[in-house]
Amino acid sequence: MAYVLEYHLVHYRRTWRASVLSTFVLPLLTLVGFGVGVGGYVDGGIDGVPYLEWVVPGLIASTAVQTAIGESTWPVLSYFEWLKVYFAQAAAPLRTSAILGGHLAFMMFRVLLSVVAFALVAAIFGALASPWAVAVLPIGVLTGFAVAAPVTAYSASVSTDSYLAILMRFAVLPMSLFSGVFFPVETLHPVLRAVAYALPLWHGVDLSRSATLGLNPGWQGLGQLLYLLLWCAAGWFLALRRFRRRLVV
Amino acid sequence: MSPSSSSIHARGLVKRFESFTAVDGIDVDVRAGEAFGFLGPNGAGKSSTMRMIGCVSPPSEGVLEILGMDPRRDGPAIRARLGVCPQLDNLDAELTVRENLTTYARFFGIPRKVARARADELLEFVQLTERAGSLVDPLSGGMKRRLTIARALVNEPDIVLLDEPTTGLDPQARHLVWERLFRLKQQGVTLVLTTHYMDEAEQLCDRLVVMDGGRIVAEGSPRSLIEQFSTREVVELRFATDDQGSYADKLAGLADRIEVLPDRILLYVADGDEALAEVGRRSLEPASALVRRSSLEDVFLHLTGRTLVD
Repeated sequence: MAYVLEYHLVHYRRTWRASVLSTFVLPLLTLVGFGVGVGGYVDGGIDGVPYLEWVVPGLIASTAVQTAIGESTWPVLSYFEWLKVYFAQAAAPLRTSAILGGHLAFMMFRVLLSVVAFALVAAIFGALASPWAVAVLPIGVLTGFAVAAPVTAYSASVSTDSYLAILMRFAVLPMSLFSGVFFPVETLHPVLRAVAYALPLWHGVDLSRSATLGLNPGWQGLGQLLYLLLWCAAGWFLALRRFRRRLVV
Repeated sequence: MSPSSSSIHARGLVKRFESFTAVDGIDVDVRAGEAFGFLGPNGAGKSSTMRMIGCVSPPSEGVLEILGMDPRRDGPAIRARLGVCPQLDNLDAELTVRENLTTYARFFGIPRKVARARADELLEFVQLTERAGSLVDPLSGGMKRRLTIARALVNEPDIVLLDEPTTGLDPQARHLVWERLFRLKQQGVTLVLTTHYMDEAEQLCDRLVVMDGGRIVAEGSPRSLIEQFSTREVVELRFATDDQGSYADKLAGLADRIEVLPDRILLYVADGDEALAEVGRRSLEPASALVRRSSLEDVFLHLTGRTLVD
């Protein structure tokens, strides 16, 4: 698995410049746009917390998920359909689990980079209230994995990228909007709220918020952690099954 | 041949995809150090066989041993000693020529320093040293193919699997690839290749099998197959008519086998000049006549038919 991760890192060394802009500039823009811009209209904050401080952990978790999805959609499809990278790896003495695990490890590296970048920008804005905020890094990676693993399974199951566009429109976009990133899920219709609870992002958002605000997540936090791990495990097994079916036929 | 003395040993090997049987019970023995070819039209089962040998496709039935190991159990251990050159290049277009070799070497657990040294040697071997730092994308088809072959050699494999190694290459590139493969063979590497170019098979293969419909229909050296399934020479006659077939009767008894094609008639004979003289004695006047030696292509077409397979 380490060898596969190494391959992706060598690959990234050639292409990282293109992603620097989005990694640092996007957090800046969203912070200014939502935190400062929208926040200016939110009098008294939410739950007694200034809006900027309230929205930042949500944006960090959301960034983790966006990066995870970016890395687990087109790249995975392309490594099967267009560049055939996975097939080249399968001809070497690697197990399918190493091919999948190495790529997911790289995705988590990318997630971590984007979370670190966002947290740095947020810290400069003074939007991180508690030293517990460092916990957003592991929480971001966990949430990223909980999304990347099942999405990898999905990307490995489709043959054209129009299916990826469907995923973006009907799953990713609604999840980003209704997972308590920009406003509390309590204001949602109960059906939408149930959907938010079922999907991984809200749990990551809520855990991150407890971290940056220095709140004790309590038993609910533990439950959320376990629930995210469940998504990770289920996603991993689904993805591994898809990879085996594609690579060993 | 005992299983232990062969690099690849298959008995009753079957590959089934749901209701479709791609490989239908073949027996194959490839000796260490020989160049062995799988010939056949599209859909004959060559690539499925290669994938089973490459340990990326579990056999549905039968015995398969590679380097004395069982692909079902020892896949990674076998793949560690194989080099695979797939039909379609799956190089990494975003990496340099050299990085394609060094990153691939790492999949075999080869230390970085060794990988770098070996990459340089192999680039020399496939004459790509000058392009070492260039990206893969702008390379020509022949260069990409040579790089794929170099990549298949990073682990110093015992067996190299080549699926249609020169398909789509220009003549210069093909001859360069053949020459490199021949060098490998001289170094004692076992070569297993599929092709539907008969000249390629005659150039490279010590022994080959002709596959059709998932089965082996003939086996032997190129020379022995020609002796077995064709005559020594072939006379090609073209008559100035739309109906070549009308001449078939007049040529009766002149050849071991007569084949009437839309544009010409082929006479399979032992002595081409003698047959041509007889054509003259029967006062038939072909617009053109050509005497040539029988080739593997004649054997191939005889065994697998002239119908197009897509």
